Amino acid sequence: MHGRVKVKTTAQQEEEKRKEREKKLKIYVAARDACFSKRKEGVCDDEALQLTQQLLSSNPDFATLWNYRREILMHLETVKDPDEMQKIYEAELSFLEACLKVNPKSYGSWHHRGWVSARLPRPDWARELSLCDRCLSLDDRNFHCWDYRRMVVKVSGVPVDQELEFSDRLIGSNFSNYSSWHYRSTLLPVLHPQTRQEPPHASSPRGPQSHRVCEEQLLKEYELVQNAFFTDPNDQSAWFYYRWLLGRAEREETISCVYVSREDERVAVAFSRPINARCVGLLLVLDGQPLRVEWRSVHPRFRHSPVLICDLPPGTINDVTNEHNLTVHWTGNHTHRDCALYTGRVESWCRDTATDQELFRSELSVEKTSVLQSELQSVKQLQELEPLNKWCLLTIILLMRALDPLGYEKETLAHFQTLKEVDSMRSEYYSDLCCKFMIENTILKMEYAEVRVFSITDRNLTSLCHLDQLLLVTHINLSSNRLQRLPPQFAMLQCLEVLEADNNFLENLEGVYHLPRLQEVSLKNNKISTLTDLQPLASCPELKRLDLRGNPVTQAASVESDLAELLPSVTDLLL
Amino acid sequence: MAAEDLPSEFDVVILGTGTVHLSFLSGDNFLFHLRRSYYAANWASFTFNALLTWIQEQQVSSCLWASTPQVSPQSHLCVLIGGASARARQGLAEEESAEAEEESAEAEEESAEAEEESAEAEEESAEAEEESAEAEEESAEAEEESAEAEEKSAEAEEEKKINYAQLVKEGRRFNIDLVSKLLFSRGSLVDLLIRSNVSRYTEFKNVTRILTYHHGNLQQVPCSRADVFASRQLSVVEKRKLMRFLTSCIEETEMDQAYSNQPYSKYLQDQQLGENLQHFLLHSIAMVTEDTPTEAGLASTRHFLRSLGRYGNSPFLFPVYGLGEIPQCFCRMSAVFGGIYCLRHSVCCLIVDRDANRCKAVIDSRGQRISCSHFVVEDGYLEALGCLFVCRLLSRAILITDSSVLPSDSEQQVSMVTIPPGEVCQSAVKMVELCSSTMTCMPGTYLVHLTCQSVGSAFEDLSQLVTKMFQTPESQEPGTTIDPRRPTVLWSLYFNMADGSVPGVEGQGLPSNVHVCSGPEGSLDHEHSIKQAELIFQRILPDEEFCPPAPNPEDIIYDGESPTPSAEEDSVKEAGQQEESGGDLNIRYTTV
Repeated sequence: MHGRVKVKTTAQQEEEKRKEREKKLKIYVAARDACFSKRKEGVCDDEALQLTQQLLSSNPDFATLWNYRREILMHLETVKDPDEMQKIYEAELSFLEACLKVNPKSYGSWHHRGWVSARLPRPDWARELSLCDRCLSLDDRNFHCWDYRRMVVKVSGVPVDQELEFSDRLIGSNFSNYSSWHYRSTLLPVLHPQTRQEPPHASSPRGPQSHRVCEEQLLKEYELVQNAFFTDPNDQSAWFYYRWLLGRAEREETISCVYVSREDERVAVAFSRPINARCVGLLLVLDGQPLRVEWRSVHPRFRHSPVLICDLPPGTINDVTNEHNLTVHWTGNHTHRDCALYTGRVESWCRDTATDQELFRSELSVEKTSVLQSELQSVKQLQELEPLNKWCLLTIILLMRALDPLGYEKETLAHFQTLKEVDSMRSEYYSDLCCKFMIENTILKMEYAEVRVFSITDRNLTSLCHLDQLLLVTHINLSSNRLQRLPPQFAMLQCLEVLEADNNFLENLEGVYHLPRLQEVSLKNNKISTLTDLQPLASCPELKRLDLRGNPVTQAASVESDLAELLPSVTDLLL
Repeated sequence: MAAEDLPSEFDVVILGTGTVHLSFLSGDNFLFHLRRSYYAANWASFTFNALLTWIQEQQVSSCLWASTPQVSPQSHLCVLIGGASARARQGLAEEESAEAEEESAEAEEESAEAEEESAEAEEESAEAEEESAEAEEESAEAEEESAEAEEKSAEAEEEKKINYAQLVKEGRRFNIDLVSKLLFSRGSLVDLLIRSNVSRYTEFKNVTRILTYHHGNLQQVPCSRADVFASRQLSVVEKRKLMRFLTSCIEETEMDQAYSNQPYSKYLQDQQLGENLQHFLLHSIAMVTEDTPTEAGLASTRHFLRSLGRYGNSPFLFPVYGLGEIPQCFCRMSAVFGGIYCLRHSVCCLIVDRDANRCKAVIDSRGQRISCSHFVVEDGYLEALGCLFVCRLLSRAILITDSSVLPSDSEQQVSMVTIPPGEVCQSAVKMVELCSSTMTCMPGTYLVHLTCQSVGSAFEDLSQLVTKMFQTPESQEPGTTIDPRRPTVLWSLYFNMADGSVPGVEGQGLPSNVHVCSGPEGSLDHEHSIKQAELIFQRILPDEEFCPPAPNPEDIIYDGESPTPSAEEDSVKEAGQQEESGGDLNIRYTTV
């Protein structure tokens, strides 16, 4: 055949490419060195601008050069008039656009663009917005662009409703986008705020601004997000947004419990969130007189704790024939709580129960049960179609807890079982979460029964939580679970007298610390192996009875004498 | 190129440059004969004015064209011309005039011509006046005058309608294809374009939405994840079911053997998909009929799904400036490697060596003898020679309308519409609506292509559907109310053309080195054509790769050139232009 096209061979091509690369490198290195030496000499001329431009257009991630460029531009600002600067900066923006084409995720380019936009005498924000739109249409998760766009929106004052439309558009083209969903969650409370009704028993001025959305808009959002998770139930961004929608306002900051013990001359205060004993402005008023006391957390490991305690000056309340009125003021929050200690009583408390506060309706709680009920119906519908979808199962659990934690207990546990099977990588996470819910249910049951006994046995418990809610508990039974430690938070059980934790895997008793009333501890069949593990018990002055049968520590040679030395108050020791 | 003296020897002589012809470019010595003044034969794109000329040719020189397959006998050609659209909503008088126009195609043609002329004449004076051509046209035709006046009074505030004169004036903005096809994003044509680097010569636009005609309504077919999410017609449960079906379909799980002899429609029924979803899947996604076997139905569903998301939210691409671009791209590539093109040139006869059963040479229309070792020809030419039977026909309609069949936020939608058989027409109709950003029609208009297998003439087959979906003079029946949102047909053309999907005519007593390729067929994609081109290529050059990647221009060694790149090329590279990466198509995205 004739007329055939002759083409260079691969070797020839390679060789040419190599030479070209070499040549390019030489030019690059030379330009770089020239830039560095110019900067050293403090030269801020047009040539330097050109050199840096040349280098940055092939490598936009060269931060030093961007800095040098800014120095030059700032110098030019001092010698040129605004019109000239406008032109220079506009050229800079075009140059940056080219850089972003090379690397749309270059930190240097985006940062420099923000810098230039802010210094531009007459900025064209519409152009910047359309640039962002173009970038996001190519990659809707480019967070550099998202960041820059937020800045542009803020400075140029784009109306919130327009921004919501923008988020509609992005979610419409691809809803697997955390950025868009999250952006929505910041816009909605501004655009459609919840009209709040002051609860009649409000004891204090309002806390922080509500992040809630009005009901009408919420219903629309439920529909939108349902469309997303029915379309693709494995996409987690929609599920997270859904949880945010169903979530409730942050809890009000309050004093949830004040407990006073006459015998110990001690006051314990529980708060709705952990607070710092040193920084919080707490004022104790006893019978109308402010008292100087020192507040401390229950365990030295925490600076922040939801329970703070203080010792009263000796002799203030120890006379049983006296009646006392106690008020704790949380000055920072303008809230306070009273507690009366009547004649003849050795202790007294005043509190909001978990039941009163609907504390455990999980993080999900919408005002209207009917809304939650219908949401539960639709997610259940999805579960029928996708019985093994973990997001669906988890959401059902959360909704059930929000509706009726005790009523749905059995179903919840069954769903947890399925979850652990379908998502075995996170089985421990589900175990912990399940523990949390079981503890919450036990607390509710205890409150309904109006007792101070907390018992949760043989439930495969792996961790403890909500211990601040157990401030008043006198007897606790945690036997036959899978606990490995009693964490420092355990020290919040200030009224505890009897602790049973047989048949666990306990090896750490850190939390059994300064419990003033603790008398009996039963730790049969655990993993306590050394005396040091038992060290915290020494801080409990009333400890009389200790059962350590079935622990490795009992095998040690001189265990009996050592224990007698460590725990002199113990009279009844079982090994 | 109308060369007087062609070289007298070629490896391959090719008559016509349809898509099938296009891919012979491995550097052979080619001669392309084109009988017409345009490339690509039936694959061609016409400007509006060129199309009018083409229509004229079809009618006037019927002796020359009657036997060619692309246009069937005149009776099939029914051209509706004239600012009919503008008058469609007017009183009875006009309707009569419109009907009168239809009476005789030829008469119409004349009037169209007249209009055209007058429009042109007016154009000159138009510059001086503020008034647009619309006003001037009033004087051109007496019968129109009253109508226009009426229009003006009736629709004083309404937006000015585009009239025929404007269509002619802006005729160059139209690129009207005789065939209507789309490219599957993962179809063999796209693969070929990428593999051969021919893609560098053209740009594409994504079809933006798939529509279907269901229960007398146009609905958007949710096919991608984003569509399903945004759909308002589907309940959330339907959404889940559809998504699950689509995902399972693409995973190519073993088909249930129970359905091996069952139709796909039965299979869909048994998947507990609602009636709505079954319709979408059968007619718009698989695009098959009720009786297509399950295996084939699943395969075409998969084909559709695989193409989804490669370049956008639908599986289809359309070349900017029309389908005629694609043959031209291949022509360009071929020309780079020495292919010679001869427009308005044909072959009069073949010189055949009876004993060897080979064609030794051809004699062209100027009487020059050109030796060749292979001769490739479109079947239409053979039909003219009398060695081809009349085959199946396609019914086609081309409309220029003033708005989209389903208006949406964006005016720049490219829509693919499926109309299942029995809804309006006997056979399934495929409709493609192109917006002006595809560069196939002037701004403010839409170009609509309708295609179906012929049962009767194109007009018989399609006009009913057109009447139903658009506003035409016929939709103005007394007693019927017309939805004013329906788009108005500004101009329409009905014609029939041969369906190239009929089996080839090899072995019909033709010399062994004469290769016949068929014209365009009725399917939506290009699979058939590409397969055919590859087959013919392999027959001619059994040892060569079909459409190998074309080398970059800078890698080509020209005679006497030193192997180092010239300084000029260097500076071009320095300009920082990003080199095109090989695997990409140029997709033009419309920013809303």
